Amino acid sequence: MLAYALRTLIKMVITLFAIVTLVFFATRLSGNPIDFVLGDGITREDRELLTTYYGLDGSVWTQYLRYLAAFVDGQFGLSFLERRPVADVVAERLWPTAQLILSATAFTLLVSIPLGILAALKRKSWVGSAVMTVAFLGLAVPNFVLATLLVLVFAYLLNWLPIVGNGTPAHFIMPTIALSGLLIAALTRFTRNAMLDVLSQDYMRTARAKGLKERRVILKHGLGNASITLLSVIGLQVAGLAAAGSVVIESIFAWPGIGQLLVRSAILRDYPVLQFGVLTVAIAVIVINAVIDIAYAYADPRIRLAKG
Amino acid sequence: MTDHAIAASGRNQPRRLPFPLPRLDFAVTFWREANGVQRVAMILALVLLVTALAAPLIAPFDPNAQSLMSRLRPPVGFERAKLAYLLGTDELGRDVLSRCLYGLRLTFLLALCGAVIGLAIGFVLGMFSGLADGAIDDFIMGLVDAQIAIPFTLVALLLLAVFGSGLDVMILVLGLYGWEQYTRIVRGEVRKLKQMPFIEAARAAGASPWRIARRHILPNIVSPLVVQFTLSFSNIVLLESTLSFLGLGVQPPTATLGSMVGIGRDYLPTAPWIVLAPAAVILLLTFAVQILGDWLRDRADVRLRSR
Repeated sequence: MLAYALRTLIKMVITLFAIVTLVFFATRLSGNPIDFVLGDGITREDRELLTTYYGLDGSVWTQYLRYLAAFVDGQFGLSFLERRPVADVVAERLWPTAQLILSATAFTLLVSIPLGILAALKRKSWVGSAVMTVAFLGLAVPNFVLATLLVLVFAYLLNWLPIVGNGTPAHFIMPTIALSGLLIAALTRFTRNAMLDVLSQDYMRTARAKGLKERRVILKHGLGNASITLLSVIGLQVAGLAAAGSVVIESIFAWPGIGQLLVRSAILRDYPVLQFGVLTVAIAVIVINAVIDIAYAYADPRIRLAKG
Repeated sequence: MTDHAIAASGRNQPRRLPFPLPRLDFAVTFWREANGVQRVAMILALVLLVTALAAPLIAPFDPNAQSLMSRLRPPVGFERAKLAYLLGTDELGRDVLSRCLYGLRLTFLLALCGAVIGLAIGFVLGMFSGLADGAIDDFIMGLVDAQIAIPFTLVALLLLAVFGSGLDVMILVLGLYGWEQYTRIVRGEVRKLKQMPFIEAARAAGASPWRIARRHILPNIVSPLVVQFTLSFSNIVLLESTLSFLGLGVQPPTATLGSMVGIGRDYLPTAPWIVLAPAAVILLLTFAVQILGDWLRDRADVRLRSR
């Protein structure tokens, strides 16, 4: 178990290093970023001054080494636009994004696990196929289309919900639903399949034979075992889809989170912020996945008790 | 089948031509096997493809021609509508129908380029990874792991910020999407096939590695690749429209479905048709591709891992 956790951690560190390197060289591919940010009316002296100021002088390799050294020190650079440390710019946006993703994850679990169980139990009736059809087609609805339709109906036609910002609980409703759409579609399918695998197992029959209530058989023995499979899916899907989705959803609803920051930095070419933001999100995704990997190993006795 | 039908199908009198004809019988087989929904999806996909290809012929207007006199006209059937503009006009008086048609065409084109490039990159890396051992394999699989770890939208944002938004950059970005899936599939299949007796036999018979790859390995991995291609095609359509929606993809005035939704959003309260028309086309397209892709996957019975 310990060896497994250690191996997961080492793999994680290597991946992180690879990402830092790739992100660094990606932003240096097009030459000196200063030229994009500043217009033509800049003198040569000023350009050189700024280049040094932002640590962009010297060869790519010196820059890379300096970048790594500063990274270890916790110096991540200055935003071109806001003239303050990127760590600050990104940090103040972490919480709104976390709120949105947590609320979407909670909503997803609340909706898709009961639906998935229902679809598995009623797989021969129209209820099961209706759930699966909707989930299947839901996978093909881009979240920006869903968000736009929600805005049209609930904000403009019915005038029920606010569109911009994250001030009140009502502000959470549309972004949460829009971000959850794809997740619910995916997770409902996974829950159904995981439950179907479990329902035909011998221990389910044993549990029924012991005289347990059907509800308890399904929830404790069925869902309990299916959740091992679901856990890994939730990690990959939620972390990946939510990170990608929040970029879109936050831009639509002017949500002051990382996703919106990334899009803005990409459009305005604020490289240091973009670099650090991408790294933050990638790190978050990788860490969440590593944690879930280890939790998964822990939950599965076959891995927990295996040697090595 | 009656004798007449057999004769009509020409099966008992094979004609020999000096050149091979494109085989259409697989289309007939597909049609026979499909259920109702899948048939609808097939027709839908075909209609969308044909309208996209024929956009310059059937579009009633130039997609970028502005007519400030008839701005924000609603679709036919509503008040103030003009008969010429079937789906209405946008904020600059451009015909929404024509823009949808051209947008669909561009989306198809970009997604096709992207999917083909992704397939090529992933296929070559997968072959290398599967046939070579040790360092090369480790390196390529390390890249695959890193790519899986980062949500691709972030990669796309980085690339678009660095290279700027243009059609060529867009093709590059979409081409980089999904290569790791192909690499994993190809590598896995190659590793499996390498152990097979018929490969060993071919090698013993003196076939070159190139010949083995082309004649013995390639035919055996075509069907999982076709399935992955369909899946990745629909994801690329989503990615392209999302990036264009955010204003990072194809730049105005060129119409793509995503950018029409993105820009039209500002007029949502007063002129919802500017958004609804391209949104509906996107949904029709993704539904059709989704249904067909899923069906192909079942048909090929590839045990693609579901996560």
